Amino acid sequence: MSAARKLACVVVLAVCAVSLAANWLAPAGYAKQFREVPNAPPSHQHLLGTDEIGRDRFARLLYGTRISLLLAPAAAFVSTVLAALVGGLAGYIGGTSLRLARGFTDLFLSLPWLFLLITVRAVLPLNVSPLVSVLITFLILGLLGWAASARVLSTSADALRNSDFVLQARASGSHGPRLFLIHVLPNLKPVLYAQFWISIPVFILSEANLGILGLGVAEPLPSWGSLLRELEGMISFRDEPWRLVPLVLLIIVMTSFQMLLSNEETA
Amino acid sequence: MNSLTNSIARRCTSPRFRGVPGALARPALAWSGRARTPGTPWIVTLALIFLVLTSHQAFAQTGGELRFCLHSEPKTFDPALVDDDASVSIRYLTGGVLIRSNRRTQELQPELAESWNVAKDGKQITFNLRRGITFSDGSPFSADDVAFTMQRLMDPVLHSSTGDAFRSGAGTVSTKIIAPDQVAVIFPSAVAGVEQLFDQVAIMSAHSPKKEAAVLGPFMVAEYKPGSSVLLRRNPNYWKKDAQGRRLPYLDSIRLDIQPNRDVEMLRFRRGELDLINSIDTDYFDRLATSSPQLVHDAGPSLDSEFMWFNQVGSAPIPEYKRAWFRSANFRRAISRAINRNDLSRVVFNNHAQPAVGPVSPANKIWFNSNLNADPYRPDAALQLLQADGFHQQNGALLDKSGNAVEFSIVTNAGNKARERMAVMVQEDLGKIGIKVNVVTLDFPSLIERISQKFNYEAAMLGFRNVDLDPNSQMTIWMSSAENHAWNPHQKSPATAWEAEIDHLMQAQASTADPKKRKASFDRVQEIVAEQEPIIYLVNQNALSAVSKAVEGANPVILHPQTFWNAELLTLNATTRASR
Repeated sequence: MSAARKLACVVVLAVCAVSLAANWLAPAGYAKQFREVPNAPPSHQHLLGTDEIGRDRFARLLYGTRISLLLAPAAAFVSTVLAALVGGLAGYIGGTSLRLARGFTDLFLSLPWLFLLITVRAVLPLNVSPLVSVLITFLILGLLGWAASARVLSTSADALRNSDFVLQARASGSHGPRLFLIHVLPNLKPVLYAQFWISIPVFILSEANLGILGLGVAEPLPSWGSLLRELEGMISFRDEPWRLVPLVLLIIVMTSFQMLLSNEETA
Repeated sequence: MNSLTNSIARRCTSPRFRGVPGALARPALAWSGRARTPGTPWIVTLALIFLVLTSHQAFAQTGGELRFCLHSEPKTFDPALVDDDASVSIRYLTGGVLIRSNRRTQELQPELAESWNVAKDGKQITFNLRRGITFSDGSPFSADDVAFTMQRLMDPVLHSSTGDAFRSGAGTVSTKIIAPDQVAVIFPSAVAGVEQLFDQVAIMSAHSPKKEAAVLGPFMVAEYKPGSSVLLRRNPNYWKKDAQGRRLPYLDSIRLDIQPNRDVEMLRFRRGELDLINSIDTDYFDRLATSSPQLVHDAGPSLDSEFMWFNQVGSAPIPEYKRAWFRSANFRRAISRAINRNDLSRVVFNNHAQPAVGPVSPANKIWFNSNLNADPYRPDAALQLLQADGFHQQNGALLDKSGNAVEFSIVTNAGNKARERMAVMVQEDLGKIGIKVNVVTLDFPSLIERISQKFNYEAAMLGFRNVDLDPNSQMTIWMSSAENHAWNPHQKSPATAWEAEIDHLMQAQASTADPKKRKASFDRVQEIVAEQEPIIYLVNQNALSAVSKAVEGANPVILHPQTFWNAELLTLNATTRASR
């Protein structure tokens, strides 16, 4: 294992461990409002200061990391599996199936999602607990986020179908699911991994945007998305640099994931 | 004040200033009878202080272009059709009115009408007009123009919302020209507070070929670039003059950039490209106050209010036991007392808001019922009220008399940070008495659909932007049959005795011209609202604005248009004038 991969592993594990230890590291909790000290700078009591209504930013970051690190990859996994099923299989089969799948994917991508999501929100009940709202949010992201990945995968699978080694495998008598599972799918892995990792930050940011439609993680539960929303309208980063910590953490975690991926590919 | 006085006094005794006020010094010393120190005429100093503090007009320099933003495209330049904020601002700057409501004193002052008289029955108002006034294109102003304007406003084809305010009952509004400088407007039935309504009526020319482009206000529209800007130039025929006899306005022009993005507006203001921000939110205000405290102005509580209410609609798709809670005055009062309004004002608005008392802000000097106070934060009193209705606590959770856990959702519009924060703070406050609140943010159209059509919500939190002082503007909220009767709209007959009483009182105040009777009726309405709390008022936001150092004579107020209500008296400093 290379040093970079080891470092990435340590970072990801450390972030996961710290977020899981949020109950002990930030006993004040993510919802407690210290109303006497809203917008406070970092101090011994509040390591990253407090937000606009006096909630401890450090606690919210830990709990938000726990939610986002758990659910964004879960949503990315759902969407990648769906993309592999629709795009990968269609590309492998080719012909009419591929054209139909691409048409369906293009149609799916061209739908006015903003309005459809508003409709989705309209049919959901209002009285749902914050925890249920988290599950609903990431399930929606996972179910709706597959189309772009499917487009990429179908193209890759189509190219593989016509490659020399697949032709050779066919000539050797391999066909059907065996050909797909043994020869095509392993060669789609880099694309699948890339789509998976790319989806995670996209879903984290999408969750923040969904909050504007009332589909995000419900208050008072934090998420990386809601923490990043706090940066909206921030003009000077020099005055309150500690507010950038969620963004820095997101970049570090995503970079670590990418380093893990690139080592996996080259291994 | 003392330090300011001393500072000016010191300047006046300095060699640089010593000889300047000589002409003023002699009569002042003669009046005082003696000088305290030879060569230091203190009366002169006082006179100068008086001049400096009270009359920027004495030194006002003319010329220059004032710049600020409109937040949307003006929908019309026709004053009769004005219905949006941008057009209202343009009408204010270009339109000449018979009576103006002074934005600072909130009192009516004569403008194109030298005087007026309202008939005892409230059905007629007679104006005595100023003579020798001309429109911006030179056409003369007379009673004909007033009659033409009123006829146009009341034209049913035009659907003028300004005209709608004058529709007091069945029948038509007519005008009678008594003389070229005297005109009467006659209504089919009494119109309460009719004089106030003329503040919105910009007089149009009956004879000018330029139609609505001929104006009587201080500025006129010179250029309009859709999506970009509106340029107003000074009206050369404007009738007002300052104390020194100079014709107003002082400015040559006003450029209104169309800019919906508040971040961009703020950046441009900080760069010095804009001179005013009429209304800014707390976050921007505080940010600007940190770097340039002299640029920001907090004029105190505005007429705007933030509030929440419970759904009491009979057909609403909510469980019957919840509807019973929401219809209980004790429940609503308990919720009100369990909310810490001081914290909302301090934390969410950083002290740029005041705990709200009721439907009328204390800023409304005429109509506010000063006997009322904001509900104090009393969670113990809230629990007592709830216990009176059979609620009880069990393991920290509040249960009703049937054992249902008290839980409801508050919907509010997504994207409004202040409101979202208030909802989360209310969530925590109510959590302290065992009530579980789910905060749901929705996009605005979905929210409006839920609260006004489907009634599929439990509680809602919204704000009311009031631009009118008169209680008639609240008829659409308090009448039980009204569309905006938030908690239970469109009632065929009042659902409760107190709603019936409010209906009666609102009609009574609207049908008399007697200010005392109107005030008594509306005071009682405010008392009933305080007792029943169908709407739980939370805070009144302060009127926050920003004015560049380049602008002189600005005196921001709480009423629209906060920063440029005295646009005709505003001037720009020499550096800015030279650069534009």
